[in-house]
Amino acid sequence: MRQKKDGPFLNRRALLAGTAAGAAFPLARGSAIGEENAAIDPRSKFPVMLNVNSQTFHLNVDSRTTLLDVLREHIGLTGTKKGCDHGQCGACTVHANGKTVLSCLTLALAAQGKDIKTIEGLVGANDRLHPVQEAFIRHDAFQCGYCTPGQIMSAVACIDTGAADERASIREFMSGNLCRCAAYPNIVDAIADARQRRES
Amino acid sequence: MQPFVYLRQSQLADVSADAKFLAGGTTLIDLMKLKVEIPKEVIDLSALDRPDMHEITQTDQGVRIGALVTMADAAEHQLIAVNYAVITQSLKLAASQQIRNMATMAGNLLQRTRCPYFRDISYTSCNKRVPGSGCSALHGINRMHAVLGASDDCVATYPGDFAQALIALGGDVETTGPDGKRKIPFGELHRPVSDGPHRETNLRRGEMITGIILPPEDYRRSLYLKVRDRESYEFATASAAVALKLDDKGTVADARIALGGVAYRPWRASEAEKSLINAELSEAKAAAAAEIAFREARPLSHNGFKIALGKQTLIEALLRAKSLEV
Repeated sequence: MRQKKDGPFLNRRALLAGTAAGAAFPLARGSAIGEENAAIDPRSKFPVMLNVNSQTFHLNVDSRTTLLDVLREHIGLTGTKKGCDHGQCGACTVHANGKTVLSCLTLALAAQGKDIKTIEGLVGANDRLHPVQEAFIRHDAFQCGYCTPGQIMSAVACIDTGAADERASIREFMSGNLCRCAAYPNIVDAIADARQRRES
Repeated sequence: MQPFVYLRQSQLADVSADAKFLAGGTTLIDLMKLKVEIPKEVIDLSALDRPDMHEITQTDQGVRIGALVTMADAAEHQLIAVNYAVITQSLKLAASQQIRNMATMAGNLLQRTRCPYFRDISYTSCNKRVPGSGCSALHGINRMHAVLGASDDCVATYPGDFAQALIALGGDVETTGPDGKRKIPFGELHRPVSDGPHRETNLRRGEMITGIILPPEDYRRSLYLKVRDRESYEFATASAAVALKLDDKGTVADARIALGGVAYRPWRASEAEKSLINAELSEAKAAAAAEIAFREARPLSHNGFKIALGKQTLIEALLRAKSLEV
């Protein structure tokens, strides 16, 4: 079906036919795939398969749905919080393939194929808290707690990536997670402590 | 957000006028939520069968950075860190860790202005959003707006950091599109305000950046100095990307200067560069270069401080670059 084998470009017809045959990436329901793109109703629900906390979820979502809204509203994992919903506050931070990302700026459709981990996925065997969660409690690293799941997801990555060696590098790594209660000093303490305990 | 069709393919199709490419999403999804961007189609580039767009490689023409390499990966890459310190620093000083993990290098270059009147559609006047509608910032709250390269049609600031490092060193972007491949000097990618504020770049419909080429020569004596309202996770109020080559006697053989946070588009200060060639870089010489760099600056009602701040930032950056041990 591909008309220009050498180049990256296909014409629209070949593209859509290829999609229907390949079906590797959900585009729309099979019935919605026509010869012209106009046949796809953008308000359709699109099938999406997500890997969250080592579990696979099959859902049908509006293309506008963010990963954050899927986690909270469709899967029921409400630990991840919605703060600004514009990628500025970090409350919605989750891990994608081990790296911190903002779930509010990630389309659910674009999160397919990635290993997503949320605050709920940090819990170990026998519901034991993650060492970073324990450190946050030990150091009183939160007040209202709303930003805390995002803070902890960033904190875990901060330690994992070796950015927790110095207080300055912790502060830099964590600067995308805002805390309006200003628990920042205790958050840095908690991360430094969790990192030190892991080393020893 | 308005409804759209999401496309994710290994090969690209013809692109309609109402389509947008999606890479990291940190600009596009944000602006779609604000209804500043209303694409009918969103084409996710992450599944394209283009391994070269995900790699950083050494080529004969210089280091090539794939368009879809994340800012975080580029910031940690040794090929860049050793020879192009100014680029590594511009990346590490930008955004937050989460955004650096998501945002791509080409998307970073194409990020849109943070002008609040552009980002809020309740302001009816914005020549970037609605050509011919006017500029709300011209006589509005314009503390963060541009003093260089702007006009009464638009006083928005180009917000990026990496672009300043790239334009200073003189890199190129590789593109592909319906008309085939081409290479564009990065300094010619962004259009001047006189072309119309809504026409920001010279990319054609359906054309996308596939790679970024750094110049073959190294710029070890280079740095990015960023001044901002808070220490981290903030856009530049003023910044300077500086690269120098000094000869054995310490005189300047090559000087590269770009200015961030103060200009309408990525801004290379060519005349200021020329003033330093074959001279010894004294504080007075750096100050004279800063005067030249801001000679055309035009202050607005709230951003006059940027002229003094921009000059001081450049002077400091030049003197620090001179004293680097490389």
